[in-house]
Amino acid sequence: MEYEAVIGLEVHVQLNTNTKAFCACRAEFGVEPNTNICPVCLGLPGALPVLNKVVLSHALKVGLALGCSIQNRTKFDRKNYFYPDLPKGYQISQFDLPVALAGEVRIDTPAGEKCVRVKRVHMEEDAGKLMHDAEGSLVDLNRAGVPLLEIVTEPDMNTPDEAYAYLTKLKSVIEYLDVSDCDMEKGSLRCDANVSLRPKGESRLGTKAELKNMNSFKAVKDALLYEIGRQAEILDGGGKVAQETRLWDARQAKTFSMRSKEEAHDYRYFPDPDLTLFLITDEEIGEARAGIPELPQQKAARFMSEFGISAYDAGILTADKRDAAFAEECIKVFPSGDKKPVVNYLIGPLLAEANSRGCGLSGLKLSPERLLELVSLVQKNVISNLVSKTVLKEMIDRQATADEIVKSRNLAQISDTSALDGIITRVLAENVKSVQDFRSGKENAVMFLVGQVMRMSAGKANPKVVQELLKRRLADA
Amino acid sequence: MELYSLTGAQLAELLKQGKISAEEILSSLSLRAAGKEDKVKAYVRFGGKLESLPAEGAPARGPLSGIPVSVKDNICTRSCNTECCSRILSGYRPPYDATVISRLKSDGAAIVSTKTNMDEFAFGSSTENSCFGPSRNPWDTQCVPGGSSGGSAAAVASDEAVFALGSDTGGSIRQPASFCGVVGLKPTYGRVSRYGLVAFASSLDQIGPITKDVRDSALLLNSIAGYDPKDSTSVNTPVPDYTACLGQPVKGMRIGVPKEYMVEGIDPQVREALLRSLEEFKRLGAVCSEVSLPHTEFAVPVYYIIATAEASSNLARFDGVRYGFRAADAENISAMYSRTRGEGFGKEAKRRIILGTFALSHGYYDAYYLRALKVRTLIKQDFEKVFGEFDCVVAPTSPTPAFKLGEKMGDPLKMYLSDIYTISANLAGIPAISVPCGFTSGGLPVGMQIMSGHFREETLLKLAYAYEQSAYAGSRRRPEL
Amino acid sequence: MSEINDKIIDYTARLARVQLEGAELGELSGQIKGILDFIGKLEEADTGNIEPTSHILPVNNVFRADEPAQSLPAEDAFSGAPKKRGRCFSVPKVIE
Repeated sequence: MEYEAVIGLEVHVQLNTNTKAFCACRAEFGVEPNTNICPVCLGLPGALPVLNKVVLSHALKVGLALGCSIQNRTKFDRKNYFYPDLPKGYQISQFDLPVALAGEVRIDTPAGEKCVRVKRVHMEEDAGKLMHDAEGSLVDLNRAGVPLLEIVTEPDMNTPDEAYAYLTKLKSVIEYLDVSDCDMEKGSLRCDANVSLRPKGESRLGTKAELKNMNSFKAVKDALLYEIGRQAEILDGGGKVAQETRLWDARQAKTFSMRSKEEAHDYRYFPDPDLTLFLITDEEIGEARAGIPELPQQKAARFMSEFGISAYDAGILTADKRDAAFAEECIKVFPSGDKKPVVNYLIGPLLAEANSRGCGLSGLKLSPERLLELVSLVQKNVISNLVSKTVLKEMIDRQATADEIVKSRNLAQISDTSALDGIITRVLAENVKSVQDFRSGKENAVMFLVGQVMRMSAGKANPKVVQELLKRRLADA
Repeated sequence: MELYSLTGAQLAELLKQGKISAEEILSSLSLRAAGKEDKVKAYVRFGGKLESLPAEGAPARGPLSGIPVSVKDNICTRSCNTECCSRILSGYRPPYDATVISRLKSDGAAIVSTKTNMDEFAFGSSTENSCFGPSRNPWDTQCVPGGSSGGSAAAVASDEAVFALGSDTGGSIRQPASFCGVVGLKPTYGRVSRYGLVAFASSLDQIGPITKDVRDSALLLNSIAGYDPKDSTSVNTPVPDYTACLGQPVKGMRIGVPKEYMVEGIDPQVREALLRSLEEFKRLGAVCSEVSLPHTEFAVPVYYIIATAEASSNLARFDGVRYGFRAADAENISAMYSRTRGEGFGKEAKRRIILGTFALSHGYYDAYYLRALKVRTLIKQDFEKVFGEFDCVVAPTSPTPAFKLGEKMGDPLKMYLSDIYTISANLAGIPAISVPCGFTSGGLPVGMQIMSGHFREETLLKLAYAYEQSAYAGSRRRPEL
Repeated sequence: MSEINDKIIDYTARLARVQLEGAELGELSGQIKGILDFIGKLEEADTGNIEPTSHILPVNNVFRADEPAQSLPAEDAFSGAPKKRGRCFSVPKVIE
């Protein structure tokens, strides 16, 4: 039986405001437990919430960037349940009048562009942290009350890859808005997934399982892949999938049922009487819209038309806002009209360096001018492409210019024929078999010889020149 | 005349003239309390004398300079026991002052550190639900002082307090004031900050003054009223000088008397007292007519859904995790919660929490909670219509005078129905005041209630003052204790 | 409201995490049923086309600025803590 997976995602984004959603405690991390608490977020009797203005303005930005319609009337509701990390015994959230509805995120799939509908975006407060050890559990309320946005999609995704693409796109949009640092490792972006299977062609939805505890985009993909397989096996065996919550265990690479959860929660939502209604005028929505920076999709399109680069390259360069700004500057400063050399360099060696160092292009602390100097050295054949990578590494490590490094390490490419002749002679002498292979028709043997010359010259020989010289020498003899 | 028998305004005058000191006032009250507390039990954990909180830095000078204010046990006073007369908050001392307390302090008032008794979490109409035992009505110690601010009302009536703060969600200031023969004012919702008032029903609660006369009520209201940025529901309207309207003529004021309030169930002596008051109003030149508040019969059911629903959520924070009582030796977290709340809450609290949880629960939300919110709109509209033509509405505060201790404890519904006249004002968010308007043949006080539109406290105070001056012109009857 | 029975009251009590002992359940159940019966009177009210009132005053859009203020010092934060370990509130082990 061929099944189609139906996937919906619920993402929680922690906003980067200075203070919490409903009180003036700092929303900061890495401090001693229970340092940033006050009567309000501690849930002391008599304390009352007051909404942080920036939470609403961030919510408007996100809603608009996702193409949602912002609601003119929005309110907060209490979601009632008991848990030690929930000081008031209820979470202030939004139920039936969320701030934004009906948006979308477009992702690239092998079959072309696909639209994943965003059902709603709403504001809520985070709970505290619970830690466990042999003796018992410990409650730290630093995080209690930190503002969150919950972004829920319709079940429009059909593969783990699509889910991954959605998350990547979503993260990139939110980073552009600078409302969160979207870091799954730090917990400022969390994702729960709902997945069900149905026979291909069937329109009714199957029973879904909710997956939690995935700590990275890759984990989301892996968990979905596993779960789809698990559900398929059950259905193939004639069984029924249970509607339940399952936790992803990354170590064992499996999902496990949360059997410890008792009866389903009845959250008893009702409008929070301690907070007012929030009326958002069309003018305010217009102002918020005007305040949104150029988003990744728009920037990529602009790069394509302004700089003549491919959609693929534009996508890579615009994924991160700061990287895009850096790339744009480099591209603009690059003197020639054909931007390909600098673009290739950004996407190739520079991106590789950035990835290996675990930072973005802009995190390399390289100035566009210095990068351009390096690229021009390559273009002028002063150094080979291969050597330029070494130079680049050192430029970043030592914060020096390309020129300084090339001179001090004597890395200038050797293109001078007479200089190369000597090395070529030795290589030909030491690799008699290859020479014979070439003469007996194996054209590729020359590449091996070129490699040997490169090796012997510590990479400094100009490979094109070497290749030419070798061919001539081999033809001669 | 003993200092303890004077009003706040009188004491302020004497202080101003340098004739007495703040210490003397407190001392007088303390001695009085020492003599009467075993009969009245207005205060919680009374240790033989009354003390006020030490002044932080230089004592502030203001209209209430040096005058002690007694405070109900559900209003947070920093580092002082604030237990809401509940076992679940036994020994709890908040690390912050309620906004009203900060305001009183900056006006120079001396905050009495011993709190006044109340029904647990303000759930009740008799103060019999206090974990410390009931207070007694100073006019007849076999009777209840009313509730839930029974301790505050009893203390003011027995001169063990100059004036006091209470809280009113469904009548908890007005009804005990009427039972104890003192003045009790519930301000417009949003007039006084709720920050630091342990929440019962967030959309209904207000803190208000319980005083010996109307002038003191205005004086205290001046101090505690006003916008508070820490309370999203407090309203940003200027606070007038509420004493300025006292003595203004009330000739021509249009008074409505709701016909739905004067029906069966009302004690004949209460009705008599009210009718006599209406005569007094007419003598003062006001015009009285019958009006209709057609949805009155739904007020109690609406209240007991909305108030308990909000309360069930507000009380969820009492779980033994961060403060208050925690059940000993709980095997696991689930048991810790259930036993803490099972052992920590009294019967009435449990009743209301379960009722409220039920009203919000899946499958019942529409039929109960949502419906109640709609009927609340109807009740609000009833008042809006009446206030379109009338300045205020006058009615009894309670259908009966103070009842005997234990009389209504067996039947919660009976107890709830005694709130019938006060509840609507909370639902509509309008201000209301109870003023003494006579006594029964048995010597129990009867209270009259005046209600007006949003932020029309001056209308209430003006009329109440005129009545007070006219009806018993300075000769306040005192309970024989 | 004859559908309200002990089972529902018991379930609701558990939802509210309020443990009722033996006779308490029966007593409370009876009283609550009676109160709910009385509250059922609301069905007589004509609420067609009526908007629910969840906020009695027309006050909207109350905010505060995103500026930090002093948090509670440790002695205040933990002053009433029934049990603490280090700088955390301590509770029996929670199984997740």
